[in-house]
Amino acid sequence: MSLTKLIDRRMGIFLGLLFLVTVCVPLGNLVMSPDSALHVPSFAVALMGKYLCYALLAVALDLVWGYCGILSLGHGAFFALGGYAMGMHLMREIGDRGVYANPDLPDFMVFLNWDRLPWFWHGFDMFWFAAIMALVVPGLLAFVFGWFAFRSRVTGVYLSIITQAMTYALMLAFFRNEMGFGGNNGLTDFKDVLGFDLQSDATRVGLFVCSALALAGGLLLSKWITASKLGKVLVSIRDAESRTRFLGYRVEGYKLFVFVVSAMLAGLAGALYTPQVGIINPGEFSPANSIEIVIWVALGGRGTLVGAALGAIIVALSKTLLTGWIPEIWLFALGAMFILVTLYLPKGVLGFIEASRDRLRPKAKAAPVKEAEA
Amino acid sequence: MSEKTQLYLNGVSRSFDGFKAINNLSLIIERGEMRAVIGPNGAGKTTMMDIITGKTRPDTGEVIWGEDTDLTKVDEAGSARLGIGRKFQKPTVFETHTVEDNLHLSLKADRSVFGTLFHRTTDAERARVDELLDLVRLTAQRDDLAGDLSHGQKQWLEIGMLLAQDPELLLVDEPAAGMTDAETMRTAELLRDIAGKHSVVVVEHDMEFVRALGCKVTVLHQGAVLADGSLDHVSANPEVIETYLGR
Ligand SMILES: Nc1ncnc2c1ncn2[C@@H]1O[C@H](COP(=O)(O)OP(=O)(O)OP(=O)(O)O)[C@@H](O)[C@H]1O
Ligand SMILES: [Mg+2]
Repeated sequence: MSLTKLIDRRMGIFLGLLFLVTVCVPLGNLVMSPDSALHVPSFAVALMGKYLCYALLAVALDLVWGYCGILSLGHGAFFALGGYAMGMHLMREIGDRGVYANPDLPDFMVFLNWDRLPWFWHGFDMFWFAAIMALVVPGLLAFVFGWFAFRSRVTGVYLSIITQAMTYALMLAFFRNEMGFGGNNGLTDFKDVLGFDLQSDATRVGLFVCSALALAGGLLLSKWITASKLGKVLVSIRDAESRTRFLGYRVEGYKLFVFVVSAMLAGLAGALYTPQVGIINPGEFSPANSIEIVIWVALGGRGTLVGAALGAIIVALSKTLLTGWIPEIWLFALGAMFILVTLYLPKGVLGFIEASRDRLRPKAKAAPVKEAEA
Repeated sequence: MSEKTQLYLNGVSRSFDGFKAINNLSLIIERGEMRAVIGPNGAGKTTMMDIITGKTRPDTGEVIWGEDTDLTKVDEAGSARLGIGRKFQKPTVFETHTVEDNLHLSLKADRSVFGTLFHRTTDAERARVDELLDLVRLTAQRDDLAGDLSHGQKQWLEIGMLLAQDPELLLVDEPAAGMTDAETMRTAELLRDIAGKHSVVVVEHDMEFVRALGCKVTVLHQGAVLADGSLDHVSANPEVIETYLGR
């Protein structure tokens, strides 16, 4: 499929804006002097980088939920696993600069009196290995989980519930010190990545740009998948699963494919998230996080990819602003946003924007003549 | 078993919570044959199709496809891949796809995940879809969403989807439901054209329609065959009259 076919109007506008931001933010941070009105402070760069990771996560969920009807309430788990994989590398990068100055063991292991690195920590000293694991581990979990769930034809609410149970179980597991992932505190106190100081402005800008590229790549990949014949099969499964089977499509295979791709995108988002926020802890597995992702997608516009990304950014931005202002009302505000959108904007913010645009500038083409029969 | 046998059901039974929906049913469909199956509500007609297509497993009995393929071991997708196409009692099309896409998705093609992901529509496929649109008289609606079609048009689209699969056996459950008389006759004509090249099993309540098909009729009652033969022959059968009138 040609690139022009992938970039429709909606995608074009979004990628254009994303490109603009990706150029302006680094310039504003690195080039503009701190007293200039156009200066972008470093904390804002990291914050925006975080939003972009959330946006990628939302796109991943939209791919399975919007197009294939799989309402996963456990996508936070794939994100967190990607985040942990990167966090493990960043821990190993600390080396002997930790509090206990142990060249091999991260601080928390020294604290637990462990004398050697657990087997699953091997290899994470290499960046490429961690990067691959950030995709492979979520992908593998999705594969195993999906293999059993889809083959047993678990669908609808039941599937949602077991995805939620999955992330909850992982959260409990990661809370335990004996698991070897830093327990309660998670992984933190990172120093650098690939030799770049994580506290420096240039590194933050670099990570921000990487997040923007990952989001653009994730959007295009998802668009390519959904625009293919396979994408049409996914929608068929969403709307009439049994009909799809009787046409000879092995539904479980299709679900498994898209679930694994989605989990890997979520893992990638998590891997970019950890170095930008400087910490990854078991809280990322909490069921509430996964539910929030669903709200992003519903709010932005399910089944549109771009809308999902937009929804994540809108909610994350509101959260930052509101929690800074009156923290207590955040959850109520989130709930209210969700209810308002479900009641008044069934196609989400994106659907609303596009409908308003069409109303302002009606197309030259006449309305379809469907009314005639009614 | 004869070379000509397409489908062979032997002593098939299936009960739901003790209720025998299919009771020792035996049936042979030959290659290229058209067969009408009639019977009162709850006779087990749809359940019979569920068993043939692997949606429901029989408790006992054999279901053999062609020479020796055991259909009781096959799932829905598997039965479709073997060459069994099915139209549901309640018309089911992909409502959020266009009419044209509904047909494209049904065309005989590689059904594997990656085969579908990298699929490119060929000219031959486009031509076939044009042909089918013409056949089911939906050319003008090709870009409409299938959900916007009338009930009768959905029935036809589903028949078109069935033909797109180019199956060896078509199982057609109440195709004329919700159609006007003219549409009903046109559907009978369409099915008659199909038979010969394909085997067709049609379930229908509308006797005018069954007459128009002009084929052998099997009467199902309480999950078993009550009578078979020509329509006139079975309608003269006192037991058949009894089951239809005695309800
Ligand atoms: N999955 C199922 N679970 C329980 N009972 C079932 C199931 N499928 C069919 N039945 C029962 O089996 C009987 C036969 O149903 P079936 O749908 O095959 O009848 P039918 O001949 O197609 O009738 P109709 O003309 O109304 O479509 C009915 O009493 C139905 O309730
Ligand atoms: Mg029926």
